[in-house]
Amino acid sequence: MEERRIGVYVCHCGSNIADTVDCAQVAEYAKDLPNVVVSRDYKYMCSEPGQNLIKDDIKQNKLNRVVVASCSPRMHEPTFRRALQDAGLNQYFFEMANIREHCSWVHTDRAAATQKAKALVSAAVRRVYHHEPLEAREVPVNPNVLVMGGGVAGIQAAIEVADSGNLVYLVEKEPSIGGHMAMFDKTFPTLDCAACILTPKMTIAGQHPNIKLLSYSEVEDVSGYIGNFKVRIKKKARFIDEDKCTGCGRCQEICPTKVASEFEQGLGQRKAVYKPFPQAVPNKVVIDAVNCRHLKGRAQGKDICRICQKGIPNKSIAGCETGAINFDQKDEILEVDVGNIIVATGFQQFDPSVIYQYGYGHLPNVVTGLQFERISNASGPTNGEILLASGKKPEAVAILHCVGSRDANYHKYCSRVCCMYSLKYSHLLREKLPDADVYQLYIDMRCAGSGYEEFYERLQEEGVNFIRGRAGEITDTAESPEEKDKLIVLVEDTLVRRKRRLPVDMVILSCALKPRADTEKMARTFGLSRKADGFFLEKHPKLDPVATVTDGVFIVGCCQGPKDIPDTVAQASAAAARALALISKGKVEIEAATATIDEEHCAGCKVCIELCPFKAISYDETKKVSRVNEAVCKGCGVCVAACPSGAIKGKHFTDEQIMSEIEGVLV
Amino acid sequence: MTTTTFEPKIVGFLCNWCSYTGADLAGISRKKFAPNVRVVRVMCSGRVEPSFVMKAFESGADGVVILGCHPGDCHYAEGNYKTLRRYPLLKKTLAQLGVEDERVRLEWVSASEGDRFAAIVNEMTEQVRRLGPFHQNRGKNVKA
Amino acid sequence: MSKPKVALYWAASCGGCEIGQLEIGDKLLKLAAAVDIVFWPVAMDVKYKDVATMADGNIDVCLFNGGVRNSEQEHIAHFLRSKSKIMIAYGACAYGGGVPGLANLFNKELIFNRVYLETPSTSNEQKVVPLTSAKVAEGELTLPEFYDTVKTLAQTVKVDYTIPGCPPEERTTWLALEALIEGKMPPEGAVISHSAKSVCDDCPRQRNVKKVKKFYRTYEIATEKDLCLLEQGLLCAGIATRGGCKAPCPQANMPCTGCYGPVEGVVDQGAHFLSAVASVIDSNKPDEIQKIIEDIRDPVGTFYRYSLPGSLLRRAKV
Repeated sequence: MEERRIGVYVCHCGSNIADTVDCAQVAEYAKDLPNVVVSRDYKYMCSEPGQNLIKDDIKQNKLNRVVVASCSPRMHEPTFRRALQDAGLNQYFFEMANIREHCSWVHTDRAAATQKAKALVSAAVRRVYHHEPLEAREVPVNPNVLVMGGGVAGIQAAIEVADSGNLVYLVEKEPSIGGHMAMFDKTFPTLDCAACILTPKMTIAGQHPNIKLLSYSEVEDVSGYIGNFKVRIKKKARFIDEDKCTGCGRCQEICPTKVASEFEQGLGQRKAVYKPFPQAVPNKVVIDAVNCRHLKGRAQGKDICRICQKGIPNKSIAGCETGAINFDQKDEILEVDVGNIIVATGFQQFDPSVIYQYGYGHLPNVVTGLQFERISNASGPTNGEILLASGKKPEAVAILHCVGSRDANYHKYCSRVCCMYSLKYSHLLREKLPDADVYQLYIDMRCAGSGYEEFYERLQEEGVNFIRGRAGEITDTAESPEEKDKLIVLVEDTLVRRKRRLPVDMVILSCALKPRADTEKMARTFGLSRKADGFFLEKHPKLDPVATVTDGVFIVGCCQGPKDIPDTVAQASAAAARALALISKGKVEIEAATATIDEEHCAGCKVCIELCPFKAISYDETKKVSRVNEAVCKGCGVCVAACPSGAIKGKHFTDEQIMSEIEGVLV
Repeated sequence: MTTTTFEPKIVGFLCNWCSYTGADLAGISRKKFAPNVRVVRVMCSGRVEPSFVMKAFESGADGVVILGCHPGDCHYAEGNYKTLRRYPLLKKTLAQLGVEDERVRLEWVSASEGDRFAAIVNEMTEQVRRLGPFHQNRGKNVKA
Repeated sequence: MSKPKVALYWAASCGGCEIGQLEIGDKLLKLAAAVDIVFWPVAMDVKYKDVATMADGNIDVCLFNGGVRNSEQEHIAHFLRSKSKIMIAYGACAYGGGVPGLANLFNKELIFNRVYLETPSTSNEQKVVPLTSAKVAEGELTLPEFYDTVKTLAQTVKVDYTIPGCPPEERTTWLALEALIEGKMPPEGAVISHSAKSVCDDCPRQRNVKKVKKFYRTYEIATEKDLCLLEQGLLCAGIATRGGCKAPCPQANMPCTGCYGPVEGVVDQGAHFLSAVASVIDSNKPDEIQKIIEDIRDPVGTFYRYSLPGSLLRRAKV
């Protein structure tokens, strides 16, 4: 092994250290430590002359390791590392002893402080002996961006990145982009029509020269690291040749198979070949392989139906005129290279059927928020009229807040938007049914956005009945003639301290926004962590809400937590800006003090694999060892500490280095 | 005849992002506290393995304190949760080895908690001082 | 040329290593032909004084099994070291202290009290305990001094090589003996085994995801044949134990208990085993974690079964 020649420099820091610690004595003490060839004390080590002391000694005394005892490394470690580099020594051959913030500034007894300073110097000297040369790496950044999810968040981010001239892959699971916002009727508080403000953006996203829209597609696998991700995408078979389909909708008209429409939240129907909604982007149909008679028949070797393709000739009804229908189409796999990933996968509505006492699913006319959006929407199953299942108009409607939210049994958090959309529903009800009684059952009214409180005031003036109380039960058991054939809402009105029975015809459940069912799978795919509530974890809740612990992967919109459209759009813009900043720089520096697995000692026990917060460790099936992707590794050391074979080395924080430091600090 | 007070030697493993910065803050604020804790810096409390704690005692420490970020705030997302997993089992093992409970502590100290750091140092120093040197009662024939 | 001279000795051990040495079976004949066994108290009627007359370094190899926990064992360890060119720590007790090393949870007083006074089936009204010397009518009787602490061989004398195991598997013993016979010893200080990796490398069980929600004692569950035992909740030490034994225990549905000592390069086997086990606990909540570890009844006995004296802390405070 190369002989170690260590230089020790004890800084006075003016009087900051010297007033309490006897620096000369510490320097004298250090002279006798093993492998120390030079030991000095000086007034200001970080100054130019101070740094020159080090550089000169490196050259003249052939030092190959340096210790500076001064302030906190969080202050000047970079300064002294640069000095070493300037003198031709690897910057990692350096160690600091904090004898200011941790010693001279906090102790009063000179003898004790000096003794402690000696111990800290001794620790640094013993540690630096074992330091190895390390290099910080730089990798190039691929300018393409993947946006995962085509709701308003994904669309916004995609357009912003595409406008800057970079290529965006916009991947959407459903046959059309638009997400939940496309289902809404009006948006609060301005009462803009959701489709009117969203469809222009959808159109841009569908036609933008820099956006490659991959609809009806899913991300299967992501590998790589910031600037260099490889993404495998499965483009599911639509059984429609997209180049030939004009979106005329004839196939949809003549298809004989009807099923419940997902877009209509089960309130309406669609055909087996369908466009999810009229303004769908791309404006193409898709064939649902689960329900299509022909495709089901194929599995049994039969060749039936095909009406969409062939038409019904004996009734002079023509099928598809462009020959776009292709029952032989297969799923396609694409592999793309991107530098940044923006995850905008949105939320899922809480299913209130688990709250049996609210009657959802077994009492008629109990609907969820999204169902009401469809009822109220002019292109919905009732053409925008508020109707009961019987076709009659309701005389009274109750809106229940916090269904599944603020509830220890389901989700503890507040879903943030429900008070506002409940107010919106009240307004739409009062507008369309001026004679109807509208009740809003709330716990607190949360109206904290721009124009939100004013909207609340407006609704109060519109004659909506606000009752502070959480509904206990919805029942159809009448206790009086007025309650016959009604849904009765049982609630304690806490402001007047009375239990009330509200006879209504329709109940709207303002359901929680919850994380999607596939978040666990997605977290794995993208290397994301999740918070206790199940939404994706941001890097820092206050100071870094769009980045994640995986560099180069951003989260925007409701997949990070419930929020309204303005905040979603703002977050999407933020993520786009972050991605663009990285693309404009063109390269990114990778952490040098990473973990590395010694394959001669790794038995592939897999203890480490699940522990990495960044999913940086993978298992090599052929060699039967685990391996750290050093480009992804952040150097936290969790795996190093867990490895039962001691096969993982944490660079710059090795067992040897730390054990020596421990020995040294206890002199 | 003067009696010399036993001055415990305590090794503190501090994580770079939260607790080490919190300790720096105590320094910047010129808080005054006992000089008995000597700091070993790690990037994350999740790097601290049981061997380090045992090595500290073997090398002459009378106490060990591990300081990390508050759960949920770890710079590396989940590193401190791994520390949280290891600590109870380590304590259980050390208890079986007769190591008194107060000699090893795990505490969460954020970058803004300089006061808390000082308080922990003072408290722990006194607790360990009361317990006496680690290497008492370890029987004969063992390297002290 | 004369045959190499070999000595074998047993100190604080169970006698299993002697069986282990005989496990080489018919290779024993090969050994007998190749070497001269000059001292083997369990099998030969050679006296201490016969060896005492030999010159220092006269013995080529000494295979010493058992830990050192009394003054006689200490003395003979030093004695055989001076008489031997090569000193080999044979078996887990000599290497790390072995199971007898768990006595380091106690001291002489506690052990004597338990063994000679407290055990339910003991009747010892006069509270007679062993003494280092006692005067009787015929003269003075002496016994070795019983130490508070079990030491490993390496903590007593310089050890040249180690053969791990409790006892070492036949293939491990033969690996070392063959090297000796052929004069092809590995670098000084080596622990001799076919593997430098943990037992997992030898073990045929399938490993998937290391997340454990509950730990079980071996008798509490019926294990799946082809799946990693640790993943099924058993405290299998294989992850932290040197391999080369070909993992006979996991293949017999028993979790490895760690008898081959730590993996190459690791000093404290128990601390590494502890760290790995705790790290794979599938919870981040303190009370849940506390509950899960309640099923680890005897941490020292589990993690340091063979290695307490050789560990960093070596023994308990009492």
